[in-house]
Amino acid sequence: MKPARSLVLIEIEEDSLLAGAKAVEQAFSDAIKEQGLDQEVRVAETGNLGIIGRGVVVVIYPEGTTYVGVTEADVPEIVSEHLLKGRPVKRLQVCLGPCMDREKAGIGLVRDQPRIVLKNCGIIDPENLQEAIGVGAYQALERVLTEEISPKSVIDEVINSGLRGRGGAGFPTGKKWSFTAPGDEKYLVCNADEGEPGTCKDRLILEGDPHRLIEGMILAGYAIGAKKGYIYIRGEYSLAIGRMEKAIEQARANDLLGEHILGSDIAFDIEIKKGAGAYVCGEETALIESIEGKRGYPRLKPPYPGQVGLRGKPTVVNNVETLANIAPIILNGAEWFRSFGTETCPGTKVYTILGHAATPGLIEVEMGTPLREIIYKYAGGIRDGKGFKAALIGGAAGAFVDEAGLDVGMDYDSLRDYSAVLGSGAILVLDEDASIVELLRGILNFFAHESCGQCATCRSGTGRLVDILDRFCSDGNEDDLDLLLRVARLMHEASFCPLGQSPVLPIESALRAFKQEFLDYTDVSMPV
Amino acid sequence: MNDVQLKNPMYAELDRVIDSYRDAKGPLIQVLHRAQEIFGYLPPEVQQFVSQRMGIPPSKVYGVVTFYNFFRTVPQGKHVINVCLGTACHVKGADRVVEILREELGIGIGQTTEDRQFTLSAVRCLGACGLAPVMMIDEEVYGKLDRAKIKHVLQQYAS
Ligand SMILES: Cc1cc2nc3c(=O)[nH]c(=O)nc-3n(C[C@H](O)[C@H](O)[C@H](O)COP(=O)(O)O)c2cc1C
Ligand code: FES
Repeated sequence: MKPARSLVLIEIEEDSLLAGAKAVEQAFSDAIKEQGLDQEVRVAETGNLGIIGRGVVVVIYPEGTTYVGVTEADVPEIVSEHLLKGRPVKRLQVCLGPCMDREKAGIGLVRDQPRIVLKNCGIIDPENLQEAIGVGAYQALERVLTEEISPKSVIDEVINSGLRGRGGAGFPTGKKWSFTAPGDEKYLVCNADEGEPGTCKDRLILEGDPHRLIEGMILAGYAIGAKKGYIYIRGEYSLAIGRMEKAIEQARANDLLGEHILGSDIAFDIEIKKGAGAYVCGEETALIESIEGKRGYPRLKPPYPGQVGLRGKPTVVNNVETLANIAPIILNGAEWFRSFGTETCPGTKVYTILGHAATPGLIEVEMGTPLREIIYKYAGGIRDGKGFKAALIGGAAGAFVDEAGLDVGMDYDSLRDYSAVLGSGAILVLDEDASIVELLRGILNFFAHESCGQCATCRSGTGRLVDILDRFCSDGNEDDLDLLLRVARLMHEASFCPLGQSPVLPIESALRAFKQEFLDYTDVSMPV
Repeated sequence: MNDVQLKNPMYAELDRVIDSYRDAKGPLIQVLHRAQEIFGYLPPEVQQFVSQRMGIPPSKVYGVVTFYNFFRTVPQGKHVINVCLGTACHVKGADRVVEILREELGIGIGQTTEDRQFTLSAVRCLGACGLAPVMMIDEEVYGKLDRAKIKHVLQQYAS
């Protein structure tokens, strides 16, 4: 096939499918044929660039022109104007880099982001192995196998890179690997449960660049001596599950997975396990129980999974984003990785920005980037020209950060000094009209619903928190707020697993910054 | 498990599913996923069938079924509407969505319309937060909901 002059990339992912992406794709194919351009212009599918809530997104190369909100009806115009006459359709066009046109500026500034893990998302066709290889997939693996780099050296490289787990706790990844107990049978588990409300960064990687994850898993498996890996994917992520399955098939067919990876004696294979909707199953030991086919009750730690994990064998559990960083680190070296981010938190972080931001979306920026820059530079500020009130960082198990926290660097250590957490990287932006009280009620309901019920502290405690805040909202006084804090602190001390230990964070942070709002609260519109 | 059950094509299919997982480790949840696809929900008979065929105590099967949000033990309306009450949807007015649905269908969360057309239920975060507020009807997700859109969508499912 001769190389195409132009390439029309249609983002196919959960959100855009709902907006009719398949119909738009078909319309492009038809219109291109009709205009006799089918020898010159190729239509292909890709994953999400990080733009969300904007309908169907189409990118045309080589110019890199990005269109959002494209419908079938717009297609003839784009084909005849842009592809035939070379004139972009301004009406639908958005800028992904610095842009003179204020109205259009700022959709995540995709081209300005230092992208490591999202590098290929929205660029390649995730269902095409050749394309992934074309942009460097499996090069790190090949290097490790041909240069016979030892598992220990791989671990050392990851330790030196300073990579810390992106699943929430920020534990140094290389150290975690080096702590696994010796044994013939070990497992690697990729945590793709992504249950923290308001987070969909892992989905972007699963849907947009599945081979990056597979390569990261093979390298991790090699490093720790595991021959079998599992990906535990949130059950709702049907497109992601389908794409991962396909990618695994392709990898098997090309000796990238199986008994003899790239002809070597290294064996590794991956199996997908579908979650069934339980927040607590994102916790690594509950996840292991769930893979074993049981209720997702967290286990007592220690022993940690690295000693006694899946089916009693040493097991490493890593988040999707963590594993997606491995191949680039092995390929480019620890030094290179350390050139991003901060001294103690090198690299980048993917954030899901939602709520009242002007341009919600997914961005990848260096660790330590201040919240202000994330919201005002990358997410266009607050929508409708409103003022900023707060951001909830880290999902339900996260903390509220008010105006005073806008200049805190977003990395594990700086946020901890500010009594907040990075968590899953969810940033829920709240404008001046948002009700912190109602939001906190929503969060407490969430915990009451998701408590796994294993320990009484959390089982009754989460329910009590809801009752206390409800009572306060109907006819309570300040004593209720004190009680709320006391119960949450007690739960933090006495709960069996981190779920019951979590509510104290949103409660404490909300009361610290917004106590007056609680005291002024009158409206009794009960949330359901 | 008995021959009468196996004559039922749904049980026969479930039987094949269980067979196909024979060598898998810890396949109970995956089997239940498939069972619910086949039966629409997981009544005691189906749980018992799974229990016997897989050699897992019924108490354990029941424990797993009731632990996970995804599994249902009562029959649902023809269409199941899941309204997301996750944080992202909450700030974008999820309670308004529930209110509008209540006005349109006359049912609250956890209820089924008299004509068994719709069951209304709540979920925590569907993972489609970018489109908040969101609801899912059967397998389809509908986002950026307002009254007009909800009405329009319901019409497509009516009858
Ligand atoms: C209640 C709860 C939910 C969690 N949910 C997730 C999740 O959805 N995804 C994830 O990667 N980690 C989640 N975690 C963190 C995991 O327990 C674990 O720390 C992580 O998967 C380790 O991977 P990492 O070292 O790569 O970060 C959760 C923890 C808790 C306590
Ligand atoms: S909070 Fe509704 S889809 Fe995530």
